Amino acid sequence: MSLIDLKDIKAGYGATPILNGVNMAIDASDIGVIVGPNGAGKSTTLKAIFGLLNVMDGTITFDGRDTTRLEADRLVPMGLSFVPQEHNVFTSMTVHENLEMGAFIRRDDISGTLDEVYEMFPDLKAKRRQPAGELSGGQRQMVAMGRALMSKPKLLMLDEPSAGLSPRYMMEIFEQVVKINAAGVGILMVEQNARQALAFATKGFVLANGQNRFTGTGQELLDDPDVAKSFLGG
Amino acid sequence: MNDLIFFFNQAIIGGVVLGSIYALGAVGVTLIFGILRFAHFAHGDMMTLGGFISFVLAGIVAGLGIAFPLPIGFIVVPFAMLIAAGLALGIDKGFYAPLRARGAKPVTLLIASIGVTMMIQGLIRLFFGVGTYSFFDTQPKVLHRIELPFEGVTRPISFSEPQLLLVISTIIAVVALHYFLTRSRLGKGMRAMADNPDLAKVSGINTKLVVRVTWIIAGALACLAGTMLALDVSLKPDLAFNIVLPIFAAAILGGLGHAYGAIAGGFVLGFAETLAVFNWSVLLRPFRDNLPEWFEIPNTLSLVQSEYKLTVAFVILVVVLLVRPTGIFKGAST
Ligand SMILES: Nc1ncnc2c1ncn2[C@@H]1O[C@H](COP(=O)(O)OP(=O)(O)OP(=O)(O)O)[C@@H](O)[C@H]1O
Ligand SMILES: [Mg+2]
Repeated sequence: MSLIDLKDIKAGYGATPILNGVNMAIDASDIGVIVGPNGAGKSTTLKAIFGLLNVMDGTITFDGRDTTRLEADRLVPMGLSFVPQEHNVFTSMTVHENLEMGAFIRRDDISGTLDEVYEMFPDLKAKRRQPAGELSGGQRQMVAMGRALMSKPKLLMLDEPSAGLSPRYMMEIFEQVVKINAAGVGILMVEQNARQALAFATKGFVLANGQNRFTGTGQELLDDPDVAKSFLGG
Repeated sequence: MNDLIFFFNQAIIGGVVLGSIYALGAVGVTLIFGILRFAHFAHGDMMTLGGFISFVLAGIVAGLGIAFPLPIGFIVVPFAMLIAAGLALGIDKGFYAPLRARGAKPVTLLIASIGVTMMIQGLIRLFFGVGTYSFFDTQPKVLHRIELPFEGVTRPISFSEPQLLLVISTIIAVVALHYFLTRSRLGKGMRAMADNPDLAKVSGINTKLVVRVTWIIAGALACLAGTMLALDVSLKPDLAFNIVLPIFAAAILGGLGHAYGAIAGGFVLGFAETLAVFNWSVLLRPFRDNLPEWFEIPNTLSLVQSEYKLTVAFVILVVVLLVRPTGIFKGAST
């Protein structure tokens, strides 16, 4: 059984569904990458998993439990973490406090996890007393990822973690994603830099108009001429 | 020198006292705004209600016949704050939470809070009538006088015991709030939710708990402010309704949602008001001989007559909204 399983998800913000039957399955060993055109429903899929909008039909199973109707405050303790596409740091709070907020649900000692995050992103350690709003875009993305890791998730969901970043930061973020996955955390991420991301994806999903168009390993998607033509810019 | 002391007694002590009241009220307003995104108009009446709770408790304690070295109204204030915090939670659960659950807009909540204002005022009048009450029927109000050891100085620095206690308890409340917001897990969660409610939810922060803690703090501080105000002047059903405008002005001046801004805004407003109504001719009189012939010192020379002191808050509010709508302290955390 997969770590997370989406079966025929229909969901939306109001009465009209944006997702019209999305299917996905990710294991703890997987890096799943969702690609697709603007407005395809990629962010909506992650929000639906995270209980941030109304799931009208279908089921979501996470870690063996039906989580279709659960909200974020229940999902985080179960081991699900989410880095939204935008506004993903507490700008008025320091880097350190941002990380602490990621561990809000934990009552045990968080210093070990803090050390791990600072080791992963040494830039952040130097800036830990600085408000996150004063950091560069790349550093903010690191804060956002660090915050999500502080709850010790089993599955980490990232919405366009490389958006707007320089190639240097993009590569750094991708490297960390691979490392986090190697440490046993399942990854489900949306990416616009599709070629680079599919290169290390164990599972790739092409979404269009709120539905799966192609599903396969990252390499299969890269090799598929239709996918390359329609979604990866030739 | 005597005139300077008069200035100190009237303007400086007066400003600190008024500023403390405004600060305690504005902190509650700003915290509620930061977490729930609506202007809690009934805050002044929660202050008045707190004053009446203390008054009832003080009556019970006075009946026990024990002599206290401090005003009984002050001794009972921690218990009154507990009750007031419970009532604030009840008001939220009864009136605002159901509206939020239905996705009501902030303006709907604002109007609901005007309803709560009327309800609280009505209930107070129902039980206590429209009269004025004093905490000092069974106890004398102690006045402190500090004589200055200078030649020719006859006027002492003077302030009342309730004023001193007000300033001390404001300092304690502000320091405690500071530690809560910057050191405790829940306090940081509160700042996180004020900063970015969606991300707070995504982080698994128990937002319902944060809302409850916000009402507990706001209710308790409102009770403290209302009681101390009633100890300083007297207790009546419209005690704090009349100062809800300067309290909102202070919160807006400090940048809504910013706790430290609200405290600073409260003191700015308090001083602005007392300085505006201060009779400046008192300070000019000693220089009578040095002033030009044609200049005659009027009997009263104040910027604003004291009946119109509320206009000070209005003017400050309007100027801030025009010049810096985000408040003067925007940028400071919380
Ligand atoms: N908060 C919202 N309320 C209503 N409709 C929304 C909301 N957010 C997105 N939508 C709509 O849902 C559809 C899918 O949006 P979504 O954000 O999932 O796209 P996406 O695939 O993530 O695109 P992008 O690459 O631009 O991030 C779009 O048509 C969008 O207009
Ligand atoms: Mg998106």
